[in-house]
Amino acid sequence: MEKKRKKALVKGNEAVAMGAIEAGCRFYFGYPITPQNEIPEYMSAHLPEVGGTFIQAESEIASINMLLGACSTGARAMTSSSSPGISLKQEGLSYMAGSEIPGVVVNMSRSGPGLGGISPSQGDYFQATRGGGHGDYRVLVLAPDSVQECYDLTMLAFDMSDKYTNPVLVLGDAMLGQMKEPLEFKKYQPKKFEKKWALTGAKGRKAQFLKSLYLDDGELTVHNWNLFAKYKRMKEDIRYEALFLDEARLVVVAFGSMARVLKSSVKMAQDEGLKVGLIRPITLFPYPAEFIRETSLQVKNFLAMELNTGQMVEDVRLSVEPGTQVDFFGLPPGSLPAPDVFLKEIKKVYPE
Amino acid sequence: MKQVFKRPDCLVDIPFHFCPGCHHGIIHRVVAEVLDEFNLREKAIIAASVGCSVFMYDYFDMDVIEAPHGRAAAVATGVKRARPDNFVFTYQGDGDLAAIGTAEIIHAANRSEKVTVFFVNNTIYGMTGGQMAPTTMIGQLSTTTPRGRDPQEAGHPIHMAELLATLAGTAYSARVAVNNVKNLMKAKKATKQAVRAQLDKKGLGFVEYLSTCPTNWKMTPEKANRRIAEELIPIFPLGVFKEEQAPAEAGVG
Amino acid sequence: MPVTAIEPKGKVTFREDRCKGCGLCVMACPRKLIIVSSRLNNEGYHVAELVDPDRCNGCALCAEMCPDVVIEVWR
Ligand SMILES: Cc1ncc(C[n+]2csc(CCOP(=O)(O)OP(=O)(O)O)c2C)c(N)n1
Ligand code: SF4
Repeated sequence: MEKKRKKALVKGNEAVAMGAIEAGCRFYFGYPITPQNEIPEYMSAHLPEVGGTFIQAESEIASINMLLGACSTGARAMTSSSSPGISLKQEGLSYMAGSEIPGVVVNMSRSGPGLGGISPSQGDYFQATRGGGHGDYRVLVLAPDSVQECYDLTMLAFDMSDKYTNPVLVLGDAMLGQMKEPLEFKKYQPKKFEKKWALTGAKGRKAQFLKSLYLDDGELTVHNWNLFAKYKRMKEDIRYEALFLDEARLVVVAFGSMARVLKSSVKMAQDEGLKVGLIRPITLFPYPAEFIRETSLQVKNFLAMELNTGQMVEDVRLSVEPGTQVDFFGLPPGSLPAPDVFLKEIKKVYPE
Repeated sequence: MKQVFKRPDCLVDIPFHFCPGCHHGIIHRVVAEVLDEFNLREKAIIAASVGCSVFMYDYFDMDVIEAPHGRAAAVATGVKRARPDNFVFTYQGDGDLAAIGTAEIIHAANRSEKVTVFFVNNTIYGMTGGQMAPTTMIGQLSTTTPRGRDPQEAGHPIHMAELLATLAGTAYSARVAVNNVKNLMKAKKATKQAVRAQLDKKGLGFVEYLSTCPTNWKMTPEKANRRIAEELIPIFPLGVFKEEQAPAEAGVG
Repeated sequence: MPVTAIEPKGKVTFREDRCKGCGLCVMACPRKLIIVSSRLNNEGYHVAELVDPDRCNGCALCAEMCPDVVIEVWR
């Protein structure tokens, strides 16, 4: 297996699968959809080698519910898909959040709406960060911007999921899933999670259950407040990357593959003497709102850039101090242009 | 005198919420008796469904995972694959299993999942107030077939026990009724066989129980009970539709 | 002290607070020993009762048919 080596040139999708197995994922359930098929293919080849189980399910609905079942026993398990398939998983995700069952879901998103296309897009930002399914819940969302992060953040996703007994979503896109980069393998450091809630049969203890149904007076109110408190606690795991913020006069905010391309654009701007910084949220939920607010105390101009017609920009606007100028540049699905195209857009809003 | 009939040990001692005369109560008890007989209380993990049987976690003294409406067979698949030494079963209504969850049950059976499925066919949606189910009989009134089910408009009653029997992964499939003691004894036997199918790792074990819904049939419990023999059994014949031999018995030298 | 000629062969008890008066036990008893009485329990259901306990042979068919596990039987 490739794991034995220290480094390898792999696709983002393979890195996700490798990270999952390294983190102890032993069950995978999925349904084919481009552009993430390398994940199930890798899992089908390599899970059996570590005593794990791969099931090609009859649908994304079945996959998420198999995940719900496997994770309810305390096992580490994963499902992956791309946008239309993630839509189908939303009911199950809502049940998992409501029943407080961990589990890792990967969305190597494609473009929509509908069947859309297989080009990179960030059109699923709202779905990912606002819960996605019915009811007042959230999932922790991790957004890699490189093959290495596809690996690292998938590993992290399992820990976060167990820490908060909540589903965690890894949100990549067609570009990240398909591109090849050198990946440095890391040894997963297992953490201890006590899973007293796990369903293993009522042997030597009282019977227990996992459910989201609360019918007694006031019960559901309490449950929702408890979930809310948990989502607030997640803030201690906020992650982001910040570049060139010292002396910045304009801060670009972008995530995922868009941020990756923009790193070059921002460097080009710096080379031209423009003081342009970059904030890349890595956790999309919880959002690094406080860091952006603090930054806006120094910098009065922000530019949100996304591969959609304006989703994350709302979170930037909610984060900044009043009086901060937040511009937006968005690209609906199609192609991902070269860094110099974005440099032009940056220059358009760069403060005089 | 010695006690010859008592509450099964694995049934928590609280009242059922089912309507008077509803067969769900009898079927719950039959399942519980069989689980007691096989000593499965500590090994069982139930994938409960959404329907009138949604409160299994209150009634069965066992670990229970709540599945979304229709998805119990997929949830059970995940549980069983993660815990192959546990006994995993679902208990689903006809809306749950034969409408919204049709894909999940067919593919769980087709994959030969080692799980047991108890399916309650009362020809109607109980919990949501008496709408048409896929099992609703031709001409039967429901709140969404106010003129009676017309097969040209609304389809035909679906026969799950026969349908699943056609799949190679189904180890056992039977249809039973609990409308009288004679049928009830056969129901217990079928329940045991469906349990054995899992314990012997033969494949999916399936029992379809014909059941009443006096409330939504708008009948007295007595009349509803009679309807099972008079109207349901002629359309939904009782019997064993598939019974796979244990691999050992197949006589491979 | 009056002596009963035949000892009853069976004994059934009804947990009346659980009875919903559905009458399935009435249909099940081969000797027609059970009726749904005019008495109400706390839930407002007419409860089933055995009218002729001496003739019960403890066959348990009533208990088998009871959807609410109201009946226990000795023989
Ligand atoms: C996704 C979804 N759709 C619809 C419902 C509403 N619903 C709850 S139970 C049910 C059907 C109940 O009928 P059945 O499965 O036959 O069980 P019964 O109540 O008759 O025992 C429906 C439609 C739901 N809970 N979830
Ligand atoms: S509504 Fe029908 S199925 Fe549900 S408990 Fe009442 S009688 Fe039983």
